[in-house]
Amino acid sequence: MSTNHPVSEGIILKIENVNRTYIDEDDNQVEALQDINLSVRRGEFLSIIGSSGCGKTTLLRLIAGLDKPETGKLTLDGEEIVGPDPQRGYVFQQGGLFNWLTVEKNIATGLKARRVYKKNKDLISHYINLVGLTGFEKAYPHQISGGMAQRVAIARALINNPKVLLLDEPMGALDSFTRADIQEKLLELHKKNKTTMILVTHDVDEAIYLSDRIVIMTPRPGKISEIMEVNLPHPRDRGSTQFLAIRKEILEKFHLASALPQPEYTI
Amino acid sequence: MGNVSQNYTSALPIIKSKLSKKGQKLISKKEWPVYFILTLAGFATAIASNAFIKQIADVEIKVYNVAGINLTFNTFYRFVLGLLILIYGISGIYSYFDPIRRSNFAYRAPFRFAVGIGLGLWDFLGTKLLLLPQPFFPGPAKILEAFIMEGDFIWENTLYSLRLFVVGFSLGVVFGIGTGILIGWFPKVYYWVYPVLKMTGVIPAVAWMPFALTLFPTPFMAAVFLIIICAWFSIAGLTAQGIQSTPKAQLEVAKTLGAKTSFLVFHVAVPHAMPQIFTGISNANGFAFTTLVMAEMMGQPGGLGYYINLSKVWSAYYKVFASILVMAILFSLIMKIIAKIRDRVLRWQKGWVKE
Ligand SMILES: Nc1ncnc2c1ncn2[C@@H]1O[C@H](COP(=O)(O)OP(=O)(O)O)[C@@H](O)[C@H]1O
Ligand SMILES: [Mg+2]
Repeated sequence: MSTNHPVSEGIILKIENVNRTYIDEDDNQVEALQDINLSVRRGEFLSIIGSSGCGKTTLLRLIAGLDKPETGKLTLDGEEIVGPDPQRGYVFQQGGLFNWLTVEKNIATGLKARRVYKKNKDLISHYINLVGLTGFEKAYPHQISGGMAQRVAIARALINNPKVLLLDEPMGALDSFTRADIQEKLLELHKKNKTTMILVTHDVDEAIYLSDRIVIMTPRPGKISEIMEVNLPHPRDRGSTQFLAIRKEILEKFHLASALPQPEYTI
Repeated sequence: MGNVSQNYTSALPIIKSKLSKKGQKLISKKEWPVYFILTLAGFATAIASNAFIKQIADVEIKVYNVAGINLTFNTFYRFVLGLLILIYGISGIYSYFDPIRRSNFAYRAPFRFAVGIGLGLWDFLGTKLLLLPQPFFPGPAKILEAFIMEGDFIWENTLYSLRLFVVGFSLGVVFGIGTGILIGWFPKVYYWVYPVLKMTGVIPAVAWMPFALTLFPTPFMAAVFLIIICAWFSIAGLTAQGIQSTPKAQLEVAKTLGAKTSFLVFHVAVPHAMPQIFTGISNANGFAFTTLVMAEMMGQPGGLGYYINLSKVWSAYYKVFASILVMAILFSLIMKIIAKIRDRVLRWQKGWVKE
């Protein structure tokens, strides 16, 4: 614990003056993230949207501890993030499941890795049930659908009871029905577990439907251009006037912020 | 599944997808007797031709007394054929009740028939007429005579080969997977060891024979050493490749779940590398058989290769064939066991059909 960062009740994750630069194949410097400052509130559902290449994944990886910032720092409850930790669960877009393990063994991985499997075996069926995969315990990843695979990945991260769940476009590769299904599941889990969730998405509707706040990022250099509050009660109606008003506002900001003639999003 | 026959129509697509061979068809219970008879008819013909066709050429037919029973190579040959009929008969009846097994049995029926007919022809040309060049191409009964004459001795040599193989190959697998993991996981080890492995890997193991024989106190240990190195190098190379190809995402996911290095190696990289490890083991298997036989022919006090050498000296080519027959059976059995283990370990792979 560092003493100069007192634990604040409302803020769980603090990102201060973070910069991250990559060198690409042509030896050019790519400023993936420039001067990022963000405070994430305990228990909130935060979405990050922005065009491809604006540094969303980089930011999430820094929070996960899978990458390090050049300057600046990230703290979780006052503790500096120095590497990956089960306190910060991570769900990849796809391909994160262990093909050689059944659904239930994939979900149990965190318990085994942390050597607490024996004591917590009962949790497995609880989380399988929570993501609605009862009956598929013994199935292998190639035998289940993409939507089910993502639910396994979510349960696998949640079994460690993380303070923050990081989701990098977990629904990007799914059809719209499956996507809606997982969105409901995420809301339900958020309500039940009170886990802080940070979701990267390129779907504006999805962000509005799920989030308490939306972070809008712009590319080259990757920056936060705006943070919007979504003050609508759940369940939200995608067709309501308020919903559509927020959507319009975001798209307009987007349009201006990214200084492009057309928004890059197809909704 | 027990209820397959009840839901025959609805289960049909699943059953069809389980037919593994090209051109394999489903066989109904009504069609089954044709294949059953076909399978057995070939061997029955072979027995009949051996029993009823007159011995034309002048061939010495010795009588052996085995456990109180008088045997000639002909009666023993017919006994072996009868045994085959019994085995195929039982497996045929067993297959009758399951659509997949029935189809498999029927699929093999024409081939087995041909084997029986082939044996009959060979027996006729090789023994009855003695038309094949002697002593190089004995008839099938003559080959089996080796087992009546010195079955114990052949068994002893088979065990010697088996022991040599099991000791050498299992050590080779252990060392191979071990070094493969080190090479695949640690870039430093890869840099310094992999080129050496690549260079030495192309050298046939038997080339080390002269060193092996002087370095090790017993010929057995020398041969074990040769089998170890031939299994070692090919398994290590493929294991290393498998470890290195582990997707970054899987390793990173494991890290965010709380995994430390040993977990990453043994619970992520190694399981991911398993298909390649088994490819390495299968390759090594072939090399190891070759090395084993060559090593035995170049100076072992026992083994099937040794038995071949010994028999050749006496121009007893039928014994050479007997030894080859044992090798064929032994090595196919070993391959089958390894394939079974592989199917079990890799049951998570796509295309693997759940029973
Ligand atoms: N490992 C890396 N090496 C070089 N450049 C990278 C690397 N990771 C990301 N980048 C670059 O950084 C920028 C931001 O990438 P990323 O965070 O993946 O964007 P997003 O997830 O928003 O699409 C992109 O221009 C990308 O090319
Ligand atoms: Mg991304």
